[in-house]
Amino acid sequence: MNIKEKDIKIWSAIGPRATLGMAALSLANEVKNLIVLTCDVSTSAGLDRFRKNYPEKYIDLGIAEQNLIGVAAGLASEGFNVVTTTFAPFQTMRCCEQIKVNLGYMKQKVCMVGIASGLVLGQLGYTHCSIEEIGALRSIPGITIVSPADSLETVKALESAINFDKPIYIRLTGGANNPMVYKKDYDFKIGKAITLKEGKDITIFCSGAIVFECLKAADLLDKKNISTCVVNMHTIKPLDKLALEKSLDKKMIVTVEEHNIIGGLGSAISECKSTYSKSPKQLSLGVKDTYGKCGDYKYMLNKHGLVAEKIVNDVISNLEI
Amino acid sequence: MPEQKKIIEKIDKFAVNSRKNILDMALAAGASSSHFGGALSIVDIISTLYVSQMNISKKDPCSKSRDRFILSKGHGCLAYYAALCEIGHLNKNELKSFEKNESDLLGHPVLNKKLGIDFSTGSLGMGLSLGIGVAISFKKKKLKNAVYVVLGDGECNEGSVWEAAMAASNFKLDNLQIIIDNNGYQQTGLNKEIMNTYSLTEKWKSFGWHTSEVDGHNTKKLFNYFEKNKNIKKPKALIAKTIKGKGFSFSENNNDWHHTVLTKNLYEKAMLEISKR
Repeated sequence: MNIKEKDIKIWSAIGPRATLGMAALSLANEVKNLIVLTCDVSTSAGLDRFRKNYPEKYIDLGIAEQNLIGVAAGLASEGFNVVTTTFAPFQTMRCCEQIKVNLGYMKQKVCMVGIASGLVLGQLGYTHCSIEEIGALRSIPGITIVSPADSLETVKALESAINFDKPIYIRLTGGANNPMVYKKDYDFKIGKAITLKEGKDITIFCSGAIVFECLKAADLLDKKNISTCVVNMHTIKPLDKLALEKSLDKKMIVTVEEHNIIGGLGSAISECKSTYSKSPKQLSLGVKDTYGKCGDYKYMLNKHGLVAEKIVNDVISNLEI
Repeated sequence: MPEQKKIIEKIDKFAVNSRKNILDMALAAGASSSHFGGALSIVDIISTLYVSQMNISKKDPCSKSRDRFILSKGHGCLAYYAALCEIGHLNKNELKSFEKNESDLLGHPVLNKKLGIDFSTGSLGMGLSLGIGVAISFKKKKLKNAVYVVLGDGECNEGSVWEAAMAASNFKLDNLQIIIDNNGYQQTGLNKEIMNTYSLTEKWKSFGWHTSEVDGHNTKKLFNYFEKNKNIKKPKALIAKTIKGKGFSFSENNNDWHHTVLTKNLYEKAMLEISKR
């Protein structure tokens, strides 16, 4: 896909959900066997134009996610390149066993896109937030999990996922006016983490829309003489072990995610880190295994300590100098 | 119609051999038990499909023109493997590996294109959704292949069955047929004691399916049903009235045979009964 800087700005303004629809529209011409399945969320997933332009490549299964995954697997087994999309909790937890059997056990190649994951729908309550699904999906053998940092990475991830040969879940976080981590096109490879900023004292591993906040936190930490490296671990499974190894000599490893601290990126890093005889302490930041009061996205991030200032404070109070 | 008579004879022979295959597998399973009753209730249905309805290639289990068979009630796999053996995708020795370590023939079917198994099933309520995906694929590719899905009546307790039921008629999938093995029992008792589904026929009809009821062991009636429904422009549901454990005096309508051990004595008794038919 040919990506222009103008597109990147537009995608950032409209946010990852609408970007998904635009990306699917661009890919429909290139990928002849592409088919997009939704559960009555065409508008939410930015797929209205896709639906109008490519009705033959679009199937709405109504509000029935278990059937969504089964139908997707049936189409995949007959050679279609299937993308399914609906709100993250329904795309994953609601049909978790269908994902296990059809995508995990049977290895049917389907690309699932969970929209509005994390905390962005805080005003709608925790039914619509998604802070558990990485943990659930990570425990299913064979499912790749990608969590893009911004709208451009959403496009890159979707394009890569469509050309990928294994079942995959793309987790979309953040809202409209999604801050840009990437201002121009770059190399994206599933499973290969990207170091966004070098630093010698600590490394922050992060993924999703929270990456931008981590970059802000790193700048603040630098000013406090804590030289901070930031790694965009966009692929949570399989984990980029080499990227982790590079940070084993740091004073501390920090993981930041818009997910429960159990089961997500922090757990993945911790599991991997524990296999090395010498490794630094880890600080896992995220939702602290709790549901709570809800509010807008800013409120939710603040409440869970997922803003630059709070990340900085947590790092300082945990760093043994 | 001598032609039809010949086909029915062929189906019945296929069914007898399938039941023998089932006995062999159940015996080979030994103490690990097998889902015996729910396999025997679908033997005549599967025999009718494989002998007279489904377009399959005995030489090539992956032939592009093949119709697709999905055993949504995966625990009935003894009947499936028995049929795959009769058409030559499996041999008798392979049958005896049933549920043995590292066997391809698990207690629930596992995708294995070379053996003619297109999907892994066993977790109930998932097969029809797969069938819908396949049926839509055939429509989109303008192919004439048909899709047959066998479900259990107990399986219809699963909500996902009804998500799929709704979708099949919505998408007007006239290339999709289901056969419900209505033996009246589920794992721990009668349907009406565990979860009364009342009339499955009425339910499927109300979901927009062409529905029929046929004796699921009368191969002539089964054959005629399939022959006559070919031009109906709807997804088709057959509520097949069956007997759990059909074929052997000790297992018929005896729910102890849902999942149990076939002893050598009973194996011999069963073989004797089948040879007297």
